[in-house]
Amino acid sequence: MKLYLKFDTNIAFKQIMLEQLNKLQIPFTIVGFAEIEINDYVTSEGMAELSENLSQYGIEVVETQKSILVQKIKDTIIEMVNSEERLPTSNSAYLTGKLKQRYGYLSLVFSEVTFTSIENFILLQKTERAKHLISTNEPTFTEIAYMLNYSSVAYFSNQFKSITGITPSAFQRIINKRREMSKKKE
Amino acid sequence: MPKEPIRILLADDDEDDRLFFKEAFDEIKLNTSVSLVNDGVELMNYLTMDGNQLPHILFLDLNMPRKTGIDCLLEIKQLAHLKDIAIVIYSTSASDIDIEETFVQGANVYIKKPSEFSSLKKILEQVITINWQYQTSGLDRDNYMLSL
Repeated sequence: MKLYLKFDTNIAFKQIMLEQLNKLQIPFTIVGFAEIEINDYVTSEGMAELSENLSQYGIEVVETQKSILVQKIKDTIIEMVNSEERLPTSNSAYLTGKLKQRYGYLSLVFSEVTFTSIENFILLQKTERAKHLISTNEPTFTEIAYMLNYSSVAYFSNQFKSITGITPSAFQRIINKRREMSKKKE
Repeated sequence: MPKEPIRILLADDDEDDRLFFKEAFDEIKLNTSVSLVNDGVELMNYLTMDGNQLPHILFLDLNMPRKTGIDCLLEIKQLAHLKDIAIVIYSTSASDIDIEETFVQGANVYIKKPSEFSSLKKILEQVITINWQYQTSGLDRDNYMLSL
């Protein structure tokens, strides 16, 4: 005998999530399509078990909310450092403004997931931008220091050197010599 | 940090230095797997043999018999299949000119060999962490330069 079926994937999905999360006693709310808010702390073993159970249904846990927040923080920082304008005077105010979360919370989550601090990440991004600007051979070091919101060229140089171990001028020399070398090979 | 172990390869002719290095990695809480070769010739043989797993990070001593670190560096930079390996020069030499020259030739990191074990651990941890940033955060590898 043949059975003809009609089904609603949404209802099936919700039912599966209900059963699986209740089975592991994880309190939750369904927030949107394929988005669940977990209302309690879940251990990594708990998450692993949940992921495995769900995968039987072809449901994959894409990322935890924290990883997504960290990605947003990184994206916001990268946008902040690489914008055309001068860097903002307060990094924390900028981040809390864009992400609508307390800075303390952002810091905590960031360090937990990445094992480094927001401040460190910002420094690294600023240094990367400085390297890019230096390699264009256009702006002076004074202009670069201004764009990256350093109070002086000396301060910029010192910080560049403390992060990379070499001075901005040494960096520029190296990049230019590398270019000369590849030109000769052509 | 990645789930797959980070593959480290050290080329150094000094047995004590190799041991020091391996022990430091054993104590660092990062997921790494360390291989050792004794000189430049062994290194290039390893890197050019089909089927060998390439390291993510290569630590290269400058002063080696048979083939120096610089010669290895120059050769490696000619080989397309080796272009994604991060190259760390690991040397006793501290002259700024030597350091700059290795960067010009394409090295990514320069480490002056520390005499203290705890300093070595710190430095190695730093290198692995920063290297991971370059592999995952879309940073520009052409500008990847670090002197410790």
